[in-house]
Amino acid sequence: MYTITASNEIAENIFEIWVEAPHVATHAQAGQFVIIRVDETGERIPLTISAVTGDRVRIIFMAVGKTTHALAGIQAGEDIADIAGPLGKPSEIEKYGTCVLVGGGVGIASLPFIAQSLKKADNRVIGIIGARSANFLILEDEMRSICDELCITTDDGSKGFHGFAADILKELNNTRKLDAVWIIGPTIMMKVTAEVTREKKVQTFVSLNPIMVDGTGMCGSCRCRVGNETKFACVDGPEFDAHAVDFNLLMQRQRMYTEMERISLERFHEYTCTSREEQ
Amino acid sequence: MAVRPADERVRDFSEVDTGFSREEAIAEAERCLQCKKPLCIDGCPVGIDIPAFIALIAEGDICAAAGIIQQSNMLPAICGRVCPQETQCEERCILGNKESPVRIGQLERYVADFARKEGVLPPERGKNTGKQVAVVGSGPAGITAAAELAAAGHDVTIFESLHKPGGVLTYGIPAFRLPKDIVDYEINRVLSRGVRLLCNHVVGRSITVQELLAYDAVLLGTGAGLPYFMNLPGEHLNGVYSANEFLTRINLMHADRFPLYDTPVIRGSRVVVAGAGNVAMDAARAARRLGGRVTLVYRRREKDMPARAAEIAHAREEGITFVTCANPVEISGETVVTGVSCVKMNMCEADESGRPSAVPIPDTQFVIDADIFIQAIGQGPNPLLLSLFDSISRGKAGNVIADADGKTSLPRVFAAGDVTTGSATVIEAMGAAKKAAKAICRMLQD
Ligand SMILES: Cc1cc2nc3c(=O)[nH]c(=O)nc-3n(C[C@H](O)[C@H](O)[C@H](O)COP(=O)(O)OP(=O)(O)OC[C@H]3O[C@@H](n4cnc5c(N)ncnc54)[C@H](O)[C@@H]3O)c2cc1C
Ligand SMILES: Cc1cc2nc3c(=O)[nH]c(=O)nc-3n(C[C@H](O)[C@H](O)[C@H](O)COP(=O)(O)OP(=O)(O)OC[C@H]3O[C@@H](n4cnc5c(N)ncnc54)[C@H](O)[C@@H]3O)c2cc1C
Ligand code: FES
Repeated sequence: MYTITASNEIAENIFEIWVEAPHVATHAQAGQFVIIRVDETGERIPLTISAVTGDRVRIIFMAVGKTTHALAGIQAGEDIADIAGPLGKPSEIEKYGTCVLVGGGVGIASLPFIAQSLKKADNRVIGIIGARSANFLILEDEMRSICDELCITTDDGSKGFHGFAADILKELNNTRKLDAVWIIGPTIMMKVTAEVTREKKVQTFVSLNPIMVDGTGMCGSCRCRVGNETKFACVDGPEFDAHAVDFNLLMQRQRMYTEMERISLERFHEYTCTSREEQ
Repeated sequence: MAVRPADERVRDFSEVDTGFSREEAIAEAERCLQCKKPLCIDGCPVGIDIPAFIALIAEGDICAAAGIIQQSNMLPAICGRVCPQETQCEERCILGNKESPVRIGQLERYVADFARKEGVLPPERGKNTGKQVAVVGSGPAGITAAAELAAAGHDVTIFESLHKPGGVLTYGIPAFRLPKDIVDYEINRVLSRGVRLLCNHVVGRSITVQELLAYDAVLLGTGAGLPYFMNLPGEHLNGVYSANEFLTRINLMHADRFPLYDTPVIRGSRVVVAGAGNVAMDAARAARRLGGRVTLVYRRREKDMPARAAEIAHAREEGITFVTCANPVEISGETVVTGVSCVKMNMCEADESGRPSAVPIPDTQFVIDADIFIQAIGQGPNPLLLSLFDSISRGKAGNVIADADGKTSLPRVFAAGDVTTGSATVIEAMGAAKKAAKAICRMLQD
């Protein structure tokens, strides 16, 4: 059992939790993830390590299905059954020069750890964080304190630049020499944004989020196609060369269990509603 | 001894074979000739004193029989169920020349099941030596080594990356062959000897190689969990599984009980399984229990199938169709699997493995309709940790090279089980782990 030491809703439907997990916290590096299982009947789900302090790791997630809804309902002081990690290869941190970190939606959660590591390696770090609307935007202050420059975008113009992160990246790419770029967000956003840096061959990383089971290379559920090779995202990734990834295939595989995910979530809502009525 | 009828058992995951009654066990034990020079013991990789425990069954003293088995094997209820006795102890039994060999596996199982119900105490832990040993992986190899090392008084920590111990016993072999409460019970007995188990600890990630090497000795029992894929066109379609994934979803995550358990698995109505080993049979029979019509495709002949004869027979009884001398070449479908194209195979001269090599016959392609395709064509050593141990000597298939004592090329690092041999058997992993544990004890004494 692992204790959740803090839990907050930091934007609409986006939650931050801190988990006491020394084995993960003392070894975590930027770009890695954990696998969490809430309870005995729970699924194993992958979530990025967003920050580390002492023996605790921070996870930021959006409540989209059964497991993330259940996780959102856990109060500080309560336990979850399992947290395994850190998993996956760390981000390739080195001295590149000027780096741009692009985050979309809950994908922004991955950026502070990477930004900090890049700063330590003497890079100039520009952050671009975007959300559908101002009330979904996360980690603005934290990113501002780490990055040399920070741009904010919203799809509806409710905060910062009215448009997509890709528009800002395009502008930067046209006007400055960029040495490395990270794009982390919804798959479709990563697919579209990665196109910006393809022509100038700027080294660009994306963090893939296929469906996983063990997270240790034993099942192949997470297999992706990168440069016509099959890769297991949990051990070969999750970060890959953005210009070599087959995003369409990734999106197709992410939809493998849509119907069952719906059933799970409906049952969860029914259950939580009835137990609320009973109280 | 009873095997549940096929039409009943395909509807659940309860055990197929229900074992001996007391009368049957005693009658079977009385058949044993109590040879002066018993050959059966040589056939047992952990060297159980077989005639001794059988004699005690014949006398009706089952607890004493359990004590004998326990001296050599801490996982008897598991081994009694999954060991290939027909190629080990039972193959050597003299009675096999004239009639049928003594059913040693069934007797071992009977004794172990009896002992579990009676709660026979595990052996004591040895006097503390103050030496610390790290065991990586909690499959049969890791558990057996931990039991031996704890008995010798060493301070043992097992690191396991999954949330539950047992390795393949837990995530691979389905409950209808090996009920999970039995696995839990036998593993907990080993742990109760003061062995520390840390789940969710991925060695190489949660513990670095340097931290691992700070122990007085290390035993690697990380198994052969990397699933091989066939590299066929269409392999990324939704509905294509490795047998490992399919079985893990069911055995470890209980997807058969979705939505009571959260993890889903696609319940195929028409399932094709490629391969013919134990893993393929388990995947096929599990898919059958989820309601699918299952076809198993194998490139050689039925007599070449590597699975145990009993598993093949059970699969057939359960209505699984065998298509032999055929090999999948392409998976069709746009986003989900709709069929598996196969070619017919011709059996030619024997190859190096001694089995005839199968060669595709041109223009013989045919399609089997399917919504699920499961590949069970073998596994390799789990590379996660090994890739970080760059200095350890490894064989062509990636397996760790270890001598008869389990010694690897690195000082104080031993290895046992599938990580050294590639996919083999539970009992071979246990036998190798015992030898390695003994070698570790000798090393720690000096
Ligand atoms: C390496 C990695 C890191 C991740 N990091 C984060 C993170 O930091 N924060 C976060 O909010 N999410 C992250 N995800 C996605 C997260 O794992 C899924 O949101 C989660 O599994 C959903 O579980 P659920 O039971 O709540 O939803 P489900 O009911 O399983 O699914 C609900 C919806 O979520 C989507 N979904 C399901 N599984 C996945 C998946 N594995 N990846 C992406 N989408 C999925 C589907 O569109 C589905 O309709 C990460 C995924 C990976 C592989
Ligand atoms: C479906 C199936 C059916 C089988 N049927 C039979 C049968 O009927 N009879 C028989 O005798 N054999 C059978 N086998 C083979 C048998 O299960 C194996 O030979 C045996 O389990 C090998 O034991 P092991 O301890 O070496 O490895 P495993 O059982 O594979 O255990 C290895 C453990 O190490 C863990 N691990 C790996 N890497 C790390 C790491 N870096 N850090 C921490 N932990 C790690 C894994 O999670 C796993 O729990 C079957 C195998 C399968 C897959
Ligand atoms: S999640 Fe199982 S291999 Fe990657």
